[in-house]
Amino acid sequence: MFGWLERNPFFFSLAFVFVFSIAGLVEILPGFAKTARPLEGLRPYSVLETAGRQVYIEEGCYNCHSQLVRPFKAETDRYGPYSLSGEYAYDRPFLWGSKRTGPDLHRVGDNRSTDWHDYHMWDPTSVVPGSIMPAYKHLYKNNADFETAYAEAYTQKVVFAVPYDIEGGVKLGDIQMAKELFYQEAEKIVADMKNEQVKEAFQKGEIKKIVALIAYLNSLGQSRMAPKGE
Amino acid sequence: MQKSIEYDYSIAKLFVFTTLLFGAIALLVGVVIAFQMAFPSLNYLASEYGTFGRLRPLHTNGVIYGFTLSGIWAGWYYFGQRVLKISYAEHPFLKFVGYAHFATYIVVMILAVITLLGGLTQSKEYAELIWPIDFLVVITWVLWGISLFGSMGVRREKTIYASLWYFIATFIGIATLYIFNNLSVPTYLISGVGSVWHSISLYSGTNDAMIQWWWGHNAVAFVFTTGIIGLIYYFLPKESGQPIFSYKLTLFSFWALMFVYIWAGGHHLIYSTTPDWVQTLGSVFSVILILPSWGTGINMLLTMRGQWHQLRESPIIKFMVLASTFYLFTTLEGPIQSIKSVNALAHFTDWIIGHVHDAALGWVGFMIIAGTYHMVPRIFKREIYSKKIIDAQFWVMTIGIILYFSSMWISGITQGMMWRDTDEYGVLSYQFIDTVLALIPYYIIRGIGGLMYLIGFVMFIYNILMTMTAGRLLEEEPKYATPMAS
Repeated sequence: MFGWLERNPFFFSLAFVFVFSIAGLVEILPGFAKTARPLEGLRPYSVLETAGRQVYIEEGCYNCHSQLVRPFKAETDRYGPYSLSGEYAYDRPFLWGSKRTGPDLHRVGDNRSTDWHDYHMWDPTSVVPGSIMPAYKHLYKNNADFETAYAEAYTQKVVFAVPYDIEGGVKLGDIQMAKELFYQEAEKIVADMKNEQVKEAFQKGEIKKIVALIAYLNSLGQSRMAPKGE
Repeated sequence: MQKSIEYDYSIAKLFVFTTLLFGAIALLVGVVIAFQMAFPSLNYLASEYGTFGRLRPLHTNGVIYGFTLSGIWAGWYYFGQRVLKISYAEHPFLKFVGYAHFATYIVVMILAVITLLGGLTQSKEYAELIWPIDFLVVITWVLWGISLFGSMGVRREKTIYASLWYFIATFIGIATLYIFNNLSVPTYLISGVGSVWHSISLYSGTNDAMIQWWWGHNAVAFVFTTGIIGLIYYFLPKESGQPIFSYKLTLFSFWALMFVYIWAGGHHLIYSTTPDWVQTLGSVFSVILILPSWGTGINMLLTMRGQWHQLRESPIIKFMVLASTFYLFTTLEGPIQSIKSVNALAHFTDWIIGHVHDAALGWVGFMIIAGTYHMVPRIFKREIYSKKIIDAQFWVMTIGIILYFSSMWISGITQGMMWRDTDEYGVLSYQFIDTVLALIPYYIIRGIGGLMYLIGFVMFIYNILMTMTAGRLLEEEPKYATPMAS
């Protein structure tokens, strides 16, 4: 039989596909619907947070920071409650990472504040002596990309039925409204920051990438599970 | 006696050049990011484009798709003709497809460098390229498929040689997984605003992770493993003049590897939020994976039985034997790391990085180097310029790898132990930063190891280029051992 397969590349390929597909069918399909279900009360990311998430991806933060607290005492002591599948339901893509050069960030919003991040991104060693993280000063110069973030949130809502605009939940609205909310949310972050450059830019109507990134980092934590609604 | 065929190496030549070029770039970036971890100021060499977060995907993509795929394709366009008894000279269509394959590949690589440095990324490891480039990747891959199956369609040899079984596996495996993992929705097409390059994954959260590591693990399986096994099954018997030890073992290890490998993706997700049974399956199948992997490794080593003196005479054989040894080593290390209790310690640490580099530097890198040394004299009809350089290069690189993996072993295990260490009251003993600072000496050693490997690679490039231009001309093609000047 194998001798015959080796003379017939077509059937050889079919045999390969058969042998190779079994694992995918067994391992992936059964759990698919179940593991995608959101935790009750999980709120989606606001547009500002989405913009920050895009900055996080753009700078490759996931290369050094994980977002997955494993169910070990040492990890829950260090980072907070362990991660649950349902918390990630609105994460496209997932950002678990595969290496911890820096600490896990899945609960960072629970234990770090806006001004801590502000100092940390400008000069990591100012708050963590000996840190090997690079400074991200260019995030204080470049503007956050509202439109792409809106496009992402809109796609999440329309294509994937992510619950924006529900009562007491995160508001998206049309693009004008989303922009207003984007500014309102940014204003609070900017108010807590110390960086003059960012404050001045905000007066001129510009929202820097750092503001969005901090909004995103602040959103990482237990609080995403309880609707914030204002 | 069959008439000898005049093989056409024009396409193989191009891929040999990209093997050298992308190898050098990818390794250089690797050395830079290795030292960035010990000396953070190196992050600012090229403003925002030079930070670790931007360079690391460039390094991994460069090694996997630049260096390794170039090496595999150089091998394919070189010995594909030989094991199928065809020549591109008699098949202009296949030759055209080969050129088109190379051209689209180069375009993809250039776009990859530009986009990754620019921060345009999907953030999925080894699948970072944004959606428009994914289409080009598919075209490149399909062109290779046409070349692969087209050549088999016009072959004169009845049976398909074992190397090509593995190439078929690489082709179909990667095609399937790459497409599934990259399914995404471009947000501009839905909303009409924002960046046209941006898309979001079709899957979310835990599902996305499942698909990603099903892919991420098998980019290793079907590029680093099957592709390179394809190379060694041709180059080792050819260079040593020995038949492969056992056909049955070849057969067993091929089909077993094909069945088992794909199950093991789950070992990247142990103690994550994926269902427990998936994690267990991933762990168990990773351990089973030792069998087919060692089947191949032992098959290679036993091919040299009674011929170990060749190890002394030929540095090319030395590269191949050490590559097989590293394959055995890596495929033992991987399963060990997949055992749940070991994984709890090793996951997220440098030990994993060490493991990957045992494979990438030892197995993949050495095999491609050996294959290139075998091909180039036959492609250019010249003797290898310097045996001494090969020998020196071998030792420089081997010491580099040893420094690399030993430092990463120690650093990874230290890191894992420090993270979990508690005092007598059950309070964590260390701040996270303490664990970072403890590792810096090992990062320096690792950087030196990587640098030595890069130096060896530069010697390799020099030797190959000198062979092409200044090597002594060969009157006829050597049958087995590649001739080399002292």
